[in-house]
Amino acid sequence: MNQSPLSSVPREGTQSWYNGAVQCHEVDLGPVDFIPLGEGRAYVVAGRTIAVFRQRDGQLFASDNECPHRGGPLADGIVGAGKVICPLHTWKFDLATGRCLGEEVTIRTYLVREVNGHIVMEIS
Amino acid sequence: MTRTQRERLVVIGNGMAGARVVEEILQRDGNQFAVIMFGAEPYGNYNRILLSNVLNGSQKMEEIFLNPLAWYEEHHIRLHAGVKATVIDRARRLVIGKPLRRSASAYGLDGCDQTAPAIEEPYDKVIIATGSRPFVPPLDGMGKPGTFLFRTLDDCEQIGAYAKRCRKATVIGGGLLGLEAARGLLTHGVGVTVLEALPQLMSAQLDPEAGALLKTTMEQMGVRVLLEKISTHVLGAEHVTGLQFKDGTTLETDMVVVSAGIRPIVEVAKDSGLIVERGIVCDDQLRTSDPDIFAVGECVQHRGVIYGLVDPIWDQAKTIAEVLTGVHPHAAYQGSKLATKLKVMGVELASMGDTKAARPEDEVVVYREPSRGVYKKMVVRDGKLAGAILLGETDTAGVLTQMFSLETVLPERRADLLFGTSSGMPILSVFDLPAHAQICNCNGVSKGRIKEAIQIGACQSVTQVGAHTKAGTGCGSCKSLILQLLEVYAGEVREDPSEHYYVPGVPLTKPQLIAAIKEKGLKSVSAVFRALADGKEDAGSKAGLASLLKSLWPGEYEDERDARFINDRVHANIQRDGTFSVVPRIYGGVTSAAELRRIADVAEKYQVQMVKITGGQRIDLLGIKKEDLPAIWQDLGMPSGHAYTKAFRTCKSCVGTDFCRYGLGDSIALSQKIERRFQGVESPHKMKLATAGCPRNCSEAYVKDLGAVAIEGGQWEIYLGGAAGGTVRKGDLLCTVKTHDEVLQYMGRFMQYYRENAKYLERSYGFVERLGIERLRDILVNDSEGICARLGAEIEAAVAAYKDPWATEAARPVHASQFANPVSVKADSEEARP
Ligand code: SRM
Ligand SMILES: Cc1cc2nc3c(=O)[nH]c(=O)nc-3n(C[C@H](O)[C@H](O)[C@H](O)COP(=O)(O)OP(=O)(O)OC[C@H]3O[C@@H](n4cnc5c(N)ncnc54)[C@H](O)[C@@H]3O)c2cc1C
Ligand code: SF4
Ligand code: FES
Repeated sequence: MNQSPLSSVPREGTQSWYNGAVQCHEVDLGPVDFIPLGEGRAYVVAGRTIAVFRQRDGQLFASDNECPHRGGPLADGIVGAGKVICPLHTWKFDLATGRCLGEEVTIRTYLVREVNGHIVMEIS
Repeated sequence: MTRTQRERLVVIGNGMAGARVVEEILQRDGNQFAVIMFGAEPYGNYNRILLSNVLNGSQKMEEIFLNPLAWYEEHHIRLHAGVKATVIDRARRLVIGKPLRRSASAYGLDGCDQTAPAIEEPYDKVIIATGSRPFVPPLDGMGKPGTFLFRTLDDCEQIGAYAKRCRKATVIGGGLLGLEAARGLLTHGVGVTVLEALPQLMSAQLDPEAGALLKTTMEQMGVRVLLEKISTHVLGAEHVTGLQFKDGTTLETDMVVVSAGIRPIVEVAKDSGLIVERGIVCDDQLRTSDPDIFAVGECVQHRGVIYGLVDPIWDQAKTIAEVLTGVHPHAAYQGSKLATKLKVMGVELASMGDTKAARPEDEVVVYREPSRGVYKKMVVRDGKLAGAILLGETDTAGVLTQMFSLETVLPERRADLLFGTSSGMPILSVFDLPAHAQICNCNGVSKGRIKEAIQIGACQSVTQVGAHTKAGTGCGSCKSLILQLLEVYAGEVREDPSEHYYVPGVPLTKPQLIAAIKEKGLKSVSAVFRALADGKEDAGSKAGLASLLKSLWPGEYEDERDARFINDRVHANIQRDGTFSVVPRIYGGVTSAAELRRIADVAEKYQVQMVKITGGQRIDLLGIKKEDLPAIWQDLGMPSGHAYTKAFRTCKSCVGTDFCRYGLGDSIALSQKIERRFQGVESPHKMKLATAGCPRNCSEAYVKDLGAVAIEGGQWEIYLGGAAGGTVRKGDLLCTVKTHDEVLQYMGRFMQYYRENAKYLERSYGFVERLGIERLRDILVNDSEGICARLGAEIEAAVAAYKDPWATEAARPVHASQFANPVSVKADSEEARP
């Protein structure tokens, strides 16, 4: 829950997760049609559980799967117009920015795109 | 103005007082000061009083933060979190601090990491807000593993974690905090004992009688209370195993939480040469003996008084802000009158002022109702409220607190103050309160702010007001007043038309929407967005539209799975941890040895976390992994009970004529017919039914969405719109009929009418209330609109269209990944590009 603004500062007082040059690489998450149109599915990449959404218009989004409220699985949420609604208590998140609409939290989002029928995601 | 030119304000202590005073200052002048804060705790400021809720599990840690780290960044406040200010060098005008060691407690006496470089911050003004630390009575062996104090988020976390490994926990101290801690520990599944040195609980706030009653209440809740117990030794070699008392006796326990009061944290002030007695001595402007140094909160001693509650902080913080920003240089803090409320789930207790008569002419009003554990007492002095206790029932606590702190002259009829007026008129109209009157003492929210939230923020409910202003989110005793304010001011809020839309994403009321859908022949959710919302999808509207379309086009509806809530995608109810529950259908609550055996086998084979008899007369298998669902359904070989969806749920039944000596009608046969016929029929909200063999109503048919009750003469009464959930309502009698078939017929008519005309998520109790039973009787019995035949046909079509989702999808999932669990992906760059 590091990117939750509520999370504690490490005792050193440095906000380590902000700085430090990040070096990205890409991961193939497999065929895009594994995800039914308009739904989301969860993937475990490098120990992180990530929700990937495939909107009806074909657009792909990815964010952390765990809802900062009470850990609801966002991949099971309802998606539309670039937003996802958590299945547990309906917190709503903008999938482009990760911003929660209504609450003061942000979830981490990831770059995903379709490369010849496969979902390719950038991670650091 | 750049920061260097600003005056430097250094705040020592980043708790409720420290953060609040900074907020108050910034509100008045955002540019005057460059603010630097030292906080021994490694967090942004959180609402300490809600730690009790965190411990009892009703709130998560993340939920109690008042100032998340983002807030400090936003306001350019430099926060030294996890750093303890050690001294104020008044000669060099520096505040000097050192980081705490990781392991160190925030309120410990030492704990600084001596190897770390000191942090020095120059100041023009300093505010000390160091609060207090738990007081530990002389107790041998305190500090060994298993002994805890309860003050900070870290404490809370550690107590919760340790409790998991314990069977018995003991709380030393029977005050507010001790009892809240005890209640919190209960929810961790340990046996809890509270030890109080004095002969009664909460002696600071209660008289002996209330104390005794509270003891009973706590004991009924499962907390053991031992009075006049003074602990001398914590027993156990490497960790706690028990306690020894002064009287020689001992008590077995796995952990000990000490909450025996608090002491102001004054070292910084002392070591910096400020005048300190029990607390840091301050004048009416909260100035210490150094004119550039102020203090606020629990570390303050003002007019000889030290406070241990948040309420005084709000006024103190205002005063300092007014003085420092020069908005009102002569502002003066006059001291506070204290009211408290015990935040223990299941115990209603509020207390304020003198709870014992102090003078002969004091008028004491008392009401007792031991059977319900109710005790109410007021001490009236010169016609004003000097103090009060409300135990077991605190409905009027909000009002009393107001009258107490505003020193209003009380109405003649004292009873009104304890029970509310017989006429239902408010005792004290919120009109009478000045805008600055503080409604929520836990968060210091004034009537003015709440009014604003309602009128400008357009808040419509107590919860919304809470989300907007934090009012009512502390001890909750002010909620009744917030409600009153809503009633008064929400009326003035111009209501926005979207209120009346069936779903937020399509600007049409339900009738308009239905008309448009029928006319344009829209059979899928995406088609509706395309045709009626200029192609703009809205996640929040999908499920509502799906439910409507499905009932409008039985059989023809073009199902799009993404429009369904997860429950309806996998036909099970999602639970707090993302697992699911499975409730097979058990017609009329009647099962068989064979069914039970299969359920038992499934429970074992899939290591089901819990098998529970539900309130709906069937069996719930809880904590099931998504990927196991299809196999479980197959092994069960029973139809879905639809416990997860907005549809016909169950029809409960009593044993009726088959066995019961009072039975007047065959309730079991009827309920099974009903359930077989209407199972799975979808509707705006749940439909829960019941049949009762006689008016004794053992199956609760009077309080179901639809109920049939057998009466003398082989007749059945049909009830509509009953409820016994969050809302309790006795159903209205629609009509009395002779046969099972007639019951089915009228129930079918109502269901269809409800499906067509209720708002999405409007339960029958709301729907029937809204239309009125007479109107419904006209339509459904007298056929005043001539639609009964059609209603019958439509519901028949819905019944015909029903397929058991478990049977159909267990073998053939609608999509390869319908029940997939998270896919593991190797994250090494080699195979990165396909
Ligand atoms: C399992 C069960 C509790 C139990 O262990 O007994 C239960 C469990 C839930 N109820 Fe219930 N209700 C259960 C019987 C009831 C009853 C009693 C009854 O059905 O006779 C009621 C009162 C009658 C009524 O429905 O009003 C009841 C009133 C509610 C309510 C309040 C509805 C209202 O408007 O007042 C909710 C919340 C809601 O529907 O919005 C709710 C919601 C829930 C949910 C589905 C919460 C949710 O959305 O996740 C719970 C799912 C727990 C889970 O993970 O499985 N449950 N719930 C009962 C299943 C009955 C069944 O066999 O189908
Ligand atoms: C579990 C619990 C429940 C409570 N419930 C209620 C309630 O229902 N109603 C009510 O009115 N009150 C309640 N209280 C009391 C209330 O929380 C306190 O009155 C309030 O927090 C006092 O605020 P404060 O800022 O003075 O002290 P704190 O909130 O304790 O803040 C002081 C902060 O300063 C830090 N600090 C101390 N020394 C230094 C230093 N040298 N350098 C840097 N930082 C330092 C401390 O670590 C702490 O973070 C409750 C308290 C607890 C623990
Ligand atoms: S009452 Fe119903 S909704 Fe509430 S916790 Fe129990 S099961 Fe869940
Ligand atoms: S867990 Fe996501 S909204 Fe509660």
